[in-house]
Parts: sequence; structure tokens; C-alpha cells
Amino acid sequence: MQALYAQLLVGLINGSFYALLSLGLAVIFGMLNIINFAHGAVYMMGAFCAYFLLNVMGIGYWPALIIAPIAVGIFGMILERTMLQWLSGLDHLYGLLLTFGIALIIQGVFQNYFGSSGLPYAIPDELKGGINLGFMFLPIYRGWVVVFSLVVCLATWYLIEKTRLGANLRAATENPTLVRAFGINVPRMITLTYGLGVGLAALAGVLSAPINQVRPLMGADLIIVVFAVVVIGGMGSIMGSIITGFALGVIEGLTKYFYPEASNTVVFVLMVLVLLVKPTGLTGRATT
Amino acid sequence: MADLKMAHAAATKSGAATPVLTVQNLEAWYGESHVLHGINFHVNAGEVVTLLGRNGAGKTTTLKSVMGIISKRTGSIRFGDQDITRTSSDKIARMGVAFCPEERGIFASLDVRENLLLPPVVRPGGLSLDQIFDLFPNLKERLDSQGTKLSGGEQQMLAIARILRTGARFLMLDEPTEGLAPVIIQQIGQTIARLKKEGFTILLVEQNFRFAATVADRYYIVEHGKVIDGFANSDLQANMDKLHTYLGV
Repeated sequence: MQALYAQLLVGLINGSFYALLSLGLAVIFGMLNIINFAHGAVYMMGAFCAYFLLNVMGIGYWPALIIAPIAVGIFGMILERTMLQWLSGLDHLYGLLLTFGIALIIQGVFQNYFGSSGLPYAIPDELKGGINLGFMFLPIYRGWVVVFSLVVCLATWYLIEKTRLGANLRAATENPTLVRAFGINVPRMITLTYGLGVGLAALAGVLSAPINQVRPLMGADLIIVVFAVVVIGGMGSIMGSIITGFALGVIEGLTKYFYPEASNTVVFVLMVLVLLVKPTGLTGRATT
Repeated sequence: MADLKMAHAAATKSGAATPVLTVQNLEAWYGESHVLHGINFHVNAGEVVTLLGRNGAGKTTTLKSVMGIISKRTGSIRFGDQDITRTSSDKIARMGVAFCPEERGIFASLDVRENLLLPPVVRPGGLSLDQIFDLFPNLKERLDSQGTKLSGGEQQMLAIARILRTGARFLMLDEPTEGLAPVIIQQIGQTIARLKKEGFTILLVEQNFRFAATVADRYYIVEHGKVIDGFANSDLQANMDKLHTYLGV
């Protein structure tokens, strides 16, 4: 039983990263119509940013949780202004190729300087240790990651679904031309949206640093599963990406307990099944 | 051409009128296809001016060009004393131009309240929510409904209502009566009349000539991407025969 709970926890943690990443992908896809293949690379940059902050400037985990997403978000906005914006109106394929190329370049540069092995990032003192819950031992840091990710996901959902700013964003996703003709600076909104999506990925990177170590290819490994999550959940809905992210993490964890051999493929098997039955994903809407 | 100049002169009877919008020699393209071939017209402060013409003549494209939605455009578009020929649509909106598109543009992912509050207020003096509910009582009861769950008539009211909030004094309405029941058309006609009385300047595109005749001060006829004629409402009877030829009704 202990092992089952342990795998469930691992599943929830992976689910947190899936949710944070697929949420950003969904927001970016909605606004920019770009499948952001650079998402894994910016996740990795978030982790490296935390690493540099600590080892070069002596800035710890808590400030890094704020600084890294902002810094990487600004990097993302520069990418959008200088490159991605010129792709608007073109086929998805161009955005996919460009962001894939960007990801390869970023990962290549980091690999050149840091190799492929992991750099350690210590768990902050406040979150060290664990609690015995009776039925299992819960490392505090892991519990923190799950709870904090959930809070960030729900806050993002609230921002998009329940606020004026979010209404502008939803409207611009539907009909950017008309929203702009109402006097809203849509190009600026697109840049900020890309920054938000990239920032969420970087935040996931910081959260992951103490658990998975800091590696140039940490995002490349993760992003393939995240794309499967996005395909299963569908690009259409914010809440859909959050729920699908957590749910698939848990399903993966359960598979690890009941049938470990399939744990690396279960997400892709589900993806195939969903694509057969509902090609737009569980919560996705068909686009014309 | 001389005819047209006379028509212009006849159309603008009051010499002292100040033009809000002046469009000269406007050409516009959708991608490679050349849609407008030199549009000339103007709208004076406080007027309701209607562009008439057959389907595909270029009326909607004219409105979209003025709004800055069609980016490939040449010629001269002046709003007040500013040249807006090269201005982006968000900046044009901020100058006080409001556009109500033919397809209404109600957002499905927004509820009625969010749709209503979406266009930012660009200057003071817009209608308050209470004034809007006074004009369109139906909207008040449907505030929490999804925008596209409204009936066609209610969607049209919402589309007009939301631009009245912004404080823009120059409105462009593209076929506001299309596909609506007579009783709703009447309500929209009353709204336009009331807006005119309150000093709004309105540029209207209409297929429904009978409706236009109830609110318009002047008409321009658009054909093949050009303005080919224009006259005032007071000369309507004298121009009826010509009009029938132009519109093929």
C-alpha cells in the first residue's frame, strides 16, 4: 500500500508539471495559433535561471520563484516580438518549425556549456523533511509542489475566465480583428500572452529543479508527454488542460504501481484512443 | 463626373456643415483582389448618411477601410482634422470611431455582460449602463447568458449597445436590420433616430432601402467599388427611378 501512495504522489507531481505546461501551451495556441515547441526549452531555462540566481548571485529559491518566470517570460516576449509575430496568418507548420528550431538552439547552447548531466539544486530549508501521514511519508517539498501548482493553475483559470482582462483575451482569441477595432491593442496582448505561457513553463522549471535536477534536456524529455496531454485534453479549454494534466499524471503513477512496464507508454496509448474516438480531444472544440 | 459633383453639392445643402469624415479616392484590396476603385464621400457632424448598393458593391469594405481593418488601402481618409489613412484600427477606435459589423461579432466565449463591457471607453460622454438598458430592456434580463445564446435581434441590440458605452460620437453600422423581424427593425430605427437627436454622427450601410429612408439624411450609391451618385433625403422622390435602376429593385 505504501508503494501505491508513493506512486500516486509521483503521479501528482508529474501531473503538476503537465498541468502548468499544457495550460501555457493552450493559452499560447488560443491567442497566437502557434504550437509552441519551445515550451520544453523555456521550462529548462526556468530551472537554469533558478540555478544561476543561487550559484552566481546568491539569490535563493523563494525570490527565484518570482524572478525566473519573469526573466524567462521577458525572453519569450522578445522572441515573440522579433520572430513569432511575423508568422501570424500562416499555416501552423511554420510556427511549429520555428519554435522547434528555437528549442534546438537553446538546448544546444546549454548543452555546450553544461553537458548533459544534472546540476544539483537544493530543496530550500523551509521545505526540507517530511510528514508521516500515517498511511505514507510525505516529503514536504513534494506536497508543496502539488499544492502550489494547483493554486497557480486555478489562479490562471480565474484570470482568464472571470476577469475583464481575461474577457479581452477570450474575445481576442475568437476575433482579434474586431477586438482591435474596439480600440484594444491586440498585438501587445499577444506578446503578453506569450510571456504568460512561457512564464508558467519557467515556473514549472523552478519547481522541478530540486526534484529532477537541472539539465539542458530536462524539458525535451518532458515536452513529448506534455504534447500527448494536450492532444488528449484538447486545446480548447483552460480547465480542461489543468484537469487532464493532473489526471494523466495520476494515471501514469497508478500504471507504475500496477503494471510498471506500461508506465512510459500509457499516456500515448490513451492519446491514440482519444484520437480515434474524439479527434479534437476531450474538451477541445473543432476549429474551422 | 459633373453629375456626381452636382450631387455632392446638392447633398450638402448647408454650406456651414463641418465634415466628420472625408473619404477621397479610396482604393482597397483584399489580398490581390482590388475591391474599391476610388470611393469619394463625406459625412457631416450630426448626419445620418447611408451607403446603398447591391451585394458586393464595396459598402462593407468601405466601412472596414475607414475603420482600418483593411490594411491595404490608398487614397485619403480624414476623421475630423486627422489623416487616418495609415492608422491602425485600435488607434482609430481610440479617436472616437465605433464600428458595428454586419455579422454582429458577438463573442461566444463571453457572456452578455462581458460582451457589453468589452470595448474600452475611449472618451467621456458615453451612455451609462442604465441608459443602455433604457434603450434595450431585453439586455438587462439576459446579462448572464452566453453572448451567442441571444436571439438575432437581441444580438444586434447588444452589438449596437456595446459601442454606445465607449463615448465614440461617430458610429458605423453595417446592415443593422439584416435578417431581423419587422418589430425589431422598428426598434432599431427608433434607436438610430434617438441617437441622431442626441447628436451622434452615423454612417449606415443598408440593403433595406425602406428602412434607410426612415432615418437617413443623405444617400450615396456604391457600385463596382465606386460612389456613382449621391442625393439628400429631401430629393428622394425625384431620384426614385434612378434608385430602382441602381439597386435593381
